[in-house]
Amino acid sequence: MDTLVAQLQRQFRDYTISLYHQLFWYVKGFLDDQFTELKKLQDECSPDFVAEVVSLFFEDCEKLIGNMARALDQTGNVDFSLVGSSVHQLKGSSSSVGAKRVKGLCVTFKECCDSQNFEGCVRCLQQVDIEYKSLKAKLQDLFNLEQQIVQAGGRIPQVDI
Amino acid sequence: MAVGEVMRMEIPSGGDMSVTSPELHVLAVDDSIVDRKVIERLLRISACKVTTVESGARALQYLGLDGDKGASGLKDLKVNLIVTDYSMPGLTGYDLLKKIKESSVFREIPVVIMSSENILPRIEQCLREGAEDFLLKPVKLADVKRIKELIMRNEAEDCKTLSHSNKRKLAEYIDDASSPSPSPSPSPSSSTHDDSSAKDFPSSKQMKSADEKFSSLL
Repeated sequence: MDTLVAQLQRQFRDYTISLYHQLFWYVKGFLDDQFTELKKLQDECSPDFVAEVVSLFFEDCEKLIGNMARALDQTGNVDFSLVGSSVHQLKGSSSSVGAKRVKGLCVTFKECCDSQNFEGCVRCLQQVDIEYKSLKAKLQDLFNLEQQIVQAGGRIPQVDI
Repeated sequence: MAVGEVMRMEIPSGGDMSVTSPELHVLAVDDSIVDRKVIERLLRISACKVTTVESGARALQYLGLDGDKGASGLKDLKVNLIVTDYSMPGLTGYDLLKKIKESSVFREIPVVIMSSENILPRIEQCLREGAEDFLLKPVKLADVKRIKELIMRNEAEDCKTLSHSNKRKLAEYIDDASSPSPSPSPSPSSSTHDDSSAKDFPSSKQMKSADEKFSSLL
């Protein structure tokens, strides 16, 4: 009979792996190596480091997406270089936290800005918005699982991807 | 200390004058709050003291290079290394690098540039201007460890140079103070360990970095 801790640990392991790996050919992993790098920086002295960084990242997403939306809203007078610079910043921070899908979308988004493709930009903006919120929800689930494990008296497993 | 009191240096009774390696103080410059948080943690976990600022202008202010005489009080801690992002609004990392290398006070501080873009002409330009190294973002723990080792090695070399010249001066002093009988002279290579060879270090460091960088890119 599996203990609660063992069940939770298994759930945590499976969920983590699913976040990194491609499940279907058209579905890219949500996270890449850089997320693993961030986990290396977490220890007893800085036990919430990863949660703190991703929290800053999601705030950054909100701010930058707001900037881009406002710039794209200036009908007939869109400053594509302004949108492009916000995309560049978003690409940078998503890269720093390992947010693989958001980063990938930024590449496409940047191309639309460079070619002043208004519809393309609007589409990319919508996708980026959906994507960061989706990642935010998934990471929240992951952190909740961690908490449950700890509260049940267990250790958070090291998952090798 | 009362007036007239003389400060006496405490010499450990074991006579051990070796200094344990002090912590590096790093000034990290990046306009991204996420990247500032990450680089700060990377450096702290590598046993460095860290000060983060959000722009080149703030970095110059911190160093007291912005022309505002009042800012000098801020820098209680000597800065041993500057790590800066390349693309920043206002002063770019390259502009900051130039300003630091133009300063007679700060030009010896090693500067490392970080960028998310792997643009060879950009890398070359920074190395030519005197950057110690160039890191591709996202920055990893291994990158920071490597940079720290490089800086500590260079500082150790500088200390060795200094202590050689101090030993020579001490030997000369003893020679002058003692009887005319000649004491054994210090090592014949000591003449190379003077100030002018120390000036050669920065450029040889640059060339080495450039070679290392290019070979890893090819």
